[in-house]
Amino acid sequence: MIRQIFEISFITGLLGATMRMATPIIFATLGEIITERAGVLNLGIEGTMLMGAMTGFLVTMSTGSLWFGVLMAAVVGMLLALLMAFLAVYLGLSQHVSGLGITLFGTGLAMFIYRLHFGSPTVPPTVQPFKEVAIPLLSKIPILGEGIFVQYSLTYISWIMIPVVAILLYKTHIGLKIRVVGENPFAADTVGVNVNLTRTLSLVAGGAFMGVGGAFLTLAHQNMFLIDVVGGRGWVSIAMVIFGNWDPLKGALGALLFGFLDGFQLRLQALGFHIPFHLFLMIPYLLTIIALISVSRRAVIPAGLLKPYRREEKGG
Amino acid sequence: MISFRIVKRAPLPNWAKVVIPIIAILVTLILSAIPILIARGNLWKSYYYLFYGALGTRFNLLETFVKASPLTFTGLAVAFAFRAKFWNIGAEGQLLAGAIVATWIGISFNGFSPFVLIPIILIAGFIAGGIWASIPALLKTKLRADDVVTTLLLNYVMIHFMGTLLFGPLQQPGSSWPRSPEIVEAAKYPILLARSRFHLGIPLALLAVIAVWFINKKTVLGYQTKAVGVNIRAAHFGGINTTSVIVKTALISGGLAGLAGVGEVCGIQYHLLMDLSPGYGYSGIVIAMLGNLHPVGVFFAALFFSVIIVGAQSMSRMTGVPTYIAEVIQGLALIVMLIAILFTEFKIKVVRK
Repeated sequence: MIRQIFEISFITGLLGATMRMATPIIFATLGEIITERAGVLNLGIEGTMLMGAMTGFLVTMSTGSLWFGVLMAAVVGMLLALLMAFLAVYLGLSQHVSGLGITLFGTGLAMFIYRLHFGSPTVPPTVQPFKEVAIPLLSKIPILGEGIFVQYSLTYISWIMIPVVAILLYKTHIGLKIRVVGENPFAADTVGVNVNLTRTLSLVAGGAFMGVGGAFLTLAHQNMFLIDVVGGRGWVSIAMVIFGNWDPLKGALGALLFGFLDGFQLRLQALGFHIPFHLFLMIPYLLTIIALISVSRRAVIPAGLLKPYRREEKGG
Repeated sequence: MISFRIVKRAPLPNWAKVVIPIIAILVTLILSAIPILIARGNLWKSYYYLFYGALGTRFNLLETFVKASPLTFTGLAVAFAFRAKFWNIGAEGQLLAGAIVATWIGISFNGFSPFVLIPIILIAGFIAGGIWASIPALLKTKLRADDVVTTLLLNYVMIHFMGTLLFGPLQQPGSSWPRSPEIVEAAKYPILLARSRFHLGIPLALLAVIAVWFINKKTVLGYQTKAVGVNIRAAHFGGINTTSVIVKTALISGGLAGLAGVGEVCGIQYHLLMDLSPGYGYSGIVIAMLGNLHPVGVFFAALFFSVIIVGAQSMSRMTGVPTYIAEVIQGLALIVMLIAILFTEFKIKVVRK
């Protein structure tokens, strides 16, 4: 069995699984980076992803359109982000607790709506999920091609989003506004940037990413909605933001690392290693913590993170 | 043009601290009408069965207390940690740590009297939860690793560790289910009221409320945790060893969560199961906030939550509204309470420009 690990089919399969498992983390990590760069920690991520997963599934179920499902998942992500903005930006409540509130609310709501529509069937309903698309030429590269370039469209989109978010943050006027608001909201206010509006829009953009990341889980990775479908991937993404030092490219690399670990345990299970599979399930979370520890000492946190902005409390 | 500003207000009198959570609960219940109506539930019937199901009969009332026991423990756990701004979101994992150790002792320690065995299990369960919580505390203080993320991720590590045990060394021999053998009789909490599940864990939860109140009000550690929570830098310059305070806070917080797990194994299930906890650790966060981080508040918030959880069962049976309404109400309660707390410290001022 050990020999199989070194066979080409295993490596191809592992590469494919790595890319697949990384996709929702890439989306969510990018979303959280935009949000945190503007100075808001959105712990609503886990609940937002679950709502995205449920919405994508439900809408696809009722309309038959996968892309409409993805779109609506993004919209629901934005709506939850607006609620987060109301609590954490406009009311200036603790970002920690507001985010957890959104997660609890989103989780409850997702399960509630799912049950409302489907009852509790013995066999969970399924959709016809996305099919993998092979990129011409690239997918013909030996070993690597079949693993990396035969993926779901959403996976390709997640890759495109990495430079898009990086350019948005570093090369555009909007990105500059976002970063200033996250680093020094008082300075931003002085030069006429609307702090709360910028934070809200960043949250909304990030929420769309989180929703889509969730939808990937029910429309591509799996074809059904299960209560634990997100299974802590939102929290992993928060860790990846720190691991990647709030940089889209490094964050995405972290997501790939998690995808690799997750894919590795899946492939080992597929090979029929019947040593406790829960032990394998544990490894990605454990290594995420270790990855987090390895960078925490030199993490450069956006200076305005966690601080609500109120004009009267200048300098506070 | 009219705009709104949020400005600090004069401190409210003490009675407001009691009235505000009650108003928050009422607002939550009113808002809950929206999902109930969406589910085409008859409103009056729904609310009636929500409360009848939780309080209407002797058995249901006692069940509500049974559910309130783990919720009080996890609520106290979170409240005690949050007071020091140690963001322990890991009560779920700490609960499981306590449950695993309780099960292990409960199935392997034979021939003890309950008067010896139950205290051993309680202490061991407390220590197990405490140690599990002290890991993120040490990572926070020594390596600056974010406590929110580490406590959350450690929940998943503990769930899968439990899975490993339940498919391995702790699995009932001859069974293919992830379920441990039954714990010995001496390890089971005594049932205190006949024809019910009202077990030792309920008075223990009340004792824990008193103990936490005592620590908060009457001990040096209680003062130090508060100081660290209000301003860690000031506490440090004031001569408090903040690392030690945060680790001690974590030990007590995790220990309390561990006792919730002990109670579920020794008072209710008598086995270790994968779905031992329906998210008591996460509910603990809402309960802590709803209780304003005060132990007595936590107890009443836990009672309110168990009314919702127990009542949602019969409401669902009678009206067809999914039981997950309980989770929706929990989420709503947290958001409403957050806003309510805001208005105890701030007020909205209308500004004319």
